[in-house]
Parts: sequence; structure tokens; C-alpha cells
Amino acid sequence: MKIGQPIIEALESLASNKLRSGLTILGIVIGVAAVIAMLAVGRGAEAEITGSIEGIGTNLIFVFRGGDEDVRNPKPLTLGDAEAMADPFAAPSVAAVAPMLQGNAEITFSGESTSASLVGVTPDYSYVRNWTVTEGSFIEEGHLLGRSSVVVLGVDVAEELFGRKSGLVGETVRIEGQPFRVIGVMEEKGGGSFGSEDNVALVPMTTAQARLLRRSTADRVDIIMVSAIDADSVDQAGIEISDILRARHRTAIGQDDFSVMNQKDFLETAATITNVITIFLGGVAGISLLVGGIGIMNIMLVSVIERTREIGLRKAMGARKRDIMTQFLVESSLLSLFGGIFGIILGWGIATIVSKIAAASGTPLTSQIGIDSVLLATIFSTAVGLFFGLYPANRAASLEPVEALRYE
Amino acid sequence: MDEMVVDAKDLRKIYKMGEMEVHALRGLDIQIRRGEVLSIMGPSGSGKSTLMNMLGCLDRPTSGEYHLDGESVAEMNDDQLADIRNRKVGFVFQSFNLLPRATAISNVELPLRYANMGGRERRERAIAALESVGLGDRVHHTPAELSGGQQQRVAIARALVNTPAIIMADEPTGNLDSTSGEEIMQLLLNLNQENRTTLIIVTHDPEVAELTNRVVMIRDGVVVEDRS
Ligand SMILES: Nc1ncnc2c1ncn2[C@@H]1O[C@H](COP(=O)(O)OP(=O)(O)OP(=O)(O)O)[C@@H](O)[C@H]1O
Ligand SMILES: [Mg+2]
Repeated sequence: MKIGQPIIEALESLASNKLRSGLTILGIVIGVAAVIAMLAVGRGAEAEITGSIEGIGTNLIFVFRGGDEDVRNPKPLTLGDAEAMADPFAAPSVAAVAPMLQGNAEITFSGESTSASLVGVTPDYSYVRNWTVTEGSFIEEGHLLGRSSVVVLGVDVAEELFGRKSGLVGETVRIEGQPFRVIGVMEEKGGGSFGSEDNVALVPMTTAQARLLRRSTADRVDIIMVSAIDADSVDQAGIEISDILRARHRTAIGQDDFSVMNQKDFLETAATITNVITIFLGGVAGISLLVGGIGIMNIMLVSVIERTREIGLRKAMGARKRDIMTQFLVESSLLSLFGGIFGIILGWGIATIVSKIAAASGTPLTSQIGIDSVLLATIFSTAVGLFFGLYPANRAASLEPVEALRYE
Repeated sequence: MDEMVVDAKDLRKIYKMGEMEVHALRGLDIQIRRGEVLSIMGPSGSGKSTLMNMLGCLDRPTSGEYHLDGESVAEMNDDQLADIRNRKVGFVFQSFNLLPRATAISNVELPLRYANMGGRERRERAIAALESVGLGDRVHHTPAELSGGQQQRVAIARALVNTPAIIMADEPTGNLDSTSGEEIMQLLLNLNQENRTTLIIVTHDPEVAELTNRVVMIRDGVVVEDRS
């Protein structure tokens, strides 16, 4: 028999028991939908995290306190360290250095109050983060020297306190009860995986050290962000920074009390994590596809038993082993193919809804359905149908015609 | 003219049921000429159906020789048996054995499908076969929409559609009332007259046997009487 005929016959046979076929297909639909949705969400999360890491700035290097695990009493990073890194002779690959002090603070303005991330920064922060003001001006060298009570607001804070994003320069807000004059508003960054970056108030580093975010030693900083002169110099800049810090902290090689990470390191770490998540989600979804496959096998076995006499008759009429085999394999493959198609549609729907829910709850996550995951799901589900149809089909094909005809 | 369509020598069939062996055929010889109409009779369990299965190439004998229309069947594999059934044998069963969801024409087309015949020719031949059994106006009815006699006619149309050398009918009238039974017998005999198709009918009914020009009696797996 040619292939067109078995397909028509299989469709007729599946149509003759719609409820049963429908339920069997449903098993595959759920499995495929789960795979598609999970992969899409996983990919979306990956893209989102990658995006927000890249959005922090370009050619960035982060320097943290604390390094190799067995190093005791790591020395804190200081403004002095940051200044040393900015030395163009010792570190020619470094373009700019932005030490930071980070904490949280209560900011108020005439009765309105909001909790925001408070960051003590230097003028280079704006350059290093590739982030500028939309109005007013950024913190300048003079503010540092004078420990001025000035603040640059993120748009979220501006919205919370003033209900608007502009025309705020010259207003006075209170941070932890102390008055600060608003000198600028940062441009909107949008939310990231690490929460909104716009819910921030930037103050001069020296002011923060002295009055807002006091640390055990006076010139201590939490993180130093460094930007390399270009993308190719990031690794070299990391080496130069490490050399400077080793000399300043007097640490032995292999005993670093600080860590230097660039965006590539972050991206690699994030990729590892999101891959594990994606594989895990996909695996869980794959199991439900497997269960759907077992459903197909179950139904096909029942169908073979029910149609024993029909099989006997077909054999008496001259059907060969492979004709019967084809008939049943086509049926099981069609079941899973339909399941695959509906599953892709449903999975796409689920992924879209998940994106919407995520967006509504403030975590933008754009699910990404790749052609590859659609192909994967189609091929995998058809393979599941073929695989789980193989045993029932073979059973049907191996029936002895005489026995099959006698079957009651 | 004395060409042998069926030539079987020393056919034996042993069914093994665990430790037990059932000797269904015990060295049976039978020869049938082209165009003969023959009925096989015998008590229940004597091996009539078993013999039909052997002659119809549905099953292989445990031992013995069998030539169907000049082809040696005993050593054929499953696919070759399927092929020879498709080309040379038409079956009519007591319980009709039609595909319940398929129309009359689809049922009749079935053997031609397995012969890889193209759709148009298949349809033409199936319609011709249905017309020859008097069902030209029931082509698109399903078995549920047909009477028992009509269903058996569809089965006969299906048996003759690929112009087989022999038609095997195992109690073709067993499930029918006497009037439809007679009609079916008449139809089979007419087909034999027109096409010289060899006809082998297994029956318990002496009246049916009366209509055939040769009667073979079987008991305990051997031929005990063969009269023409
Ligand atoms: N598949 C089988 N397995 C085991 N024994 C079988 C099988 N088929 C037939 N037999 C045995 O072989 C013997 C002959 O059976 P067969 O069906 O040929 O008889 P029959 O003459 O057609 O009987 P009936 O008139 O009742 O149809 C019986 O004893 C039967 O039990
Ligand atoms: Mg019998």
C-alpha cells in the first residue's frame, strides 16, 4: 500500500473514536506545551539576566572585598585603592574608576516618604555606568571636597516623592532626616532582574562616608567599578588592578583578599545558572511528554486487541506484516503529531501568559520561543509516538492470521 | 482441462497446546480441478476449518506438500503467503468479517489495496464486483445498513474482486436464514458457472452439499469419503 492510503485510513480510525483519540492527544498536548513553555520561560529568563548584566555598563570590571576562601581578615577596599587604580601609568588599560558605598535609606519630602537604595559615588560613576542626568547636573569634584548635602534622584524616587520626574532641581529632600538639595534627576533605566535601578538616590561619596553610610574605617568603600578603555582591554585591566591591589594589600600570590570580576565572568555564571534552570524545567516537562507517550502506547495496545479480527481479516486479504505495521505506526504518529501541534500552540499561549504575569508583577520576562524548540518539540513528540507505537504495531503485525480471525 | 488447482499430499497439522498435541489433520490428500464446486463435510472438530486454512494459505501445514495453482506453498514465508492469498484466494466467512466502519465499496477494495492497485481502477473493479452480486445500488452503505444476506454478498464481491483461482467459503450460509442462504448459494454457483472459479464450501448442511457436484467427507483429519 502507498503511504497516502494508510494516512486516510488512520484518520478515519482515529475519527471513529473521537473522545479516546482526543484524550490520548491531550496527554501529548500537555507534554509538548510544558516543554515549549518551560524552554521559552527559561530562555526568556536567560535573555533578561544577560540583558540586565549588559545594561549595567560596558567594559565593566567589579572589584569586591574578600577573595580566596581561606584568606583570613581580608582588608577592606578603600578610596585609596580606587585612586591607585586610576593611575594611568600603573593601570594603562583602566579608563575610569568608580568606588561605591551602598546602603538603604529613608527619603522624605513634605510628608511623602520612600525607601530607596542610597549610593555614595564619585563623578566618574556617571561615566562608568554610562548613565547621565536628564536634568540638573551630576555630582562633581567640588561636592566631594565639600562633603556637600546634595543628591541626584532616580526617577522612581522622584515619582514617589514628587509625583513627577522633572522640575525638581533645587528642591530639598530629607535623607535619614538630614536635608539634601536635589541637583539632578537620572535618566530612566527601567527595571532589571535585580529590581528597579531607578529606585536610587546618589550622594557624594565623602558625604555618605561621613554622615549616611558609616563604616568601621573612614575611607572604606563597598565596591569599586572600573571601566576598561575598550572591550579588548578588559582582561588586561583586570590583571593590572589585581597587581595594584596585591601590592597595596601586601598579599601573597594565590592569597588575594579581593575579587575582580568582569561582565564576562558574570555572564558566564548567569549562563550556567540559567542553563541548569532551563534543563531542569525542560526535563520536568519532558517527563510529562513521556507520560503522554505511555498514554499513546496504552491506547494503541487496547486498539490492537479490539481490532484483532480486523487485523486477521486484513491479513487474509493479503496484508503483509509491514502493511499492518505501517497502519498502526501511522495512527500513533498522527496522534502524537496532532498532540505536538496543539501542544506548541498551547505552550506558546502559556509562555505568553507567563510573560504577562511576570510583567504585571514588575519582573519583565519576555518568553522566547525559538524555532529550535518548536522543531525539537515536533520531532520529539513524533518520535515519542513512533517509539511508543512500535511495540503495539509490532504486536498487531505479528498476529497469526488464523488466530486473529478466530479471536472473539 | 484436467488442470489441478489444489494438489495436497499427506497434509498434517499438529496444534501444540502446552504438553498436549492435537492432531487436526493426519495425512490428508486432496486434489481439486479448476472450476470444480466442492463441499467439505464432517462432524465438528474433524478438521474442516483447519483444512480450509491450509488450502487458503492462512496457515502452514506441520508437514506435507501443497501446490496451489502450480505454486508450492509449504515452504513459503509469511509475506509470500500474504501475497499468494492476495492473488489466488478469496475468502467468505460464516460471520461475514466486513470492516464495520467502511462502506461496501471500501470493503471490496481492500484486497486490491494490498495488491497496490491504483485508486481509479480499484473503484471500477469494486463497483463491477458489487454489481455482479446484485448490490450495485448499495455501494456506499456500511455493514450496519445492510441485511445479513447483503453483507454476505459484499463479502462475496470482496472474495472475487481480484479474480482468485479459488474461493474458500467456511459455512457461508451458517449465519443466514434459509431463504438468504439459498440466494447466497445460488450466487456462488452462478459465479462458478460464469468465471469457472473453483469453489470450496465447508458446510454442515446436507442441502448445501446437495448443490455441489463433489462432496468430501472428513473425519479425524483424513478424507473418509469423496463422491462426485
Ligand atoms: N488454534 C488451535 N489450537 C489448538 N487446537 C486447535 C486449533 N484449531 C483447531 N484446533 C483443534 O483441531 C481440531 C480440528 O478443528 P477444526 O476447527 O478444524 O474443526 P472443524 O471441523 O472446523 O469443526 P467445526 O465443524 O466445529 O467448525 C479440533 O479438535 C480443534 O479443537
Ligand atoms: Mg469449523
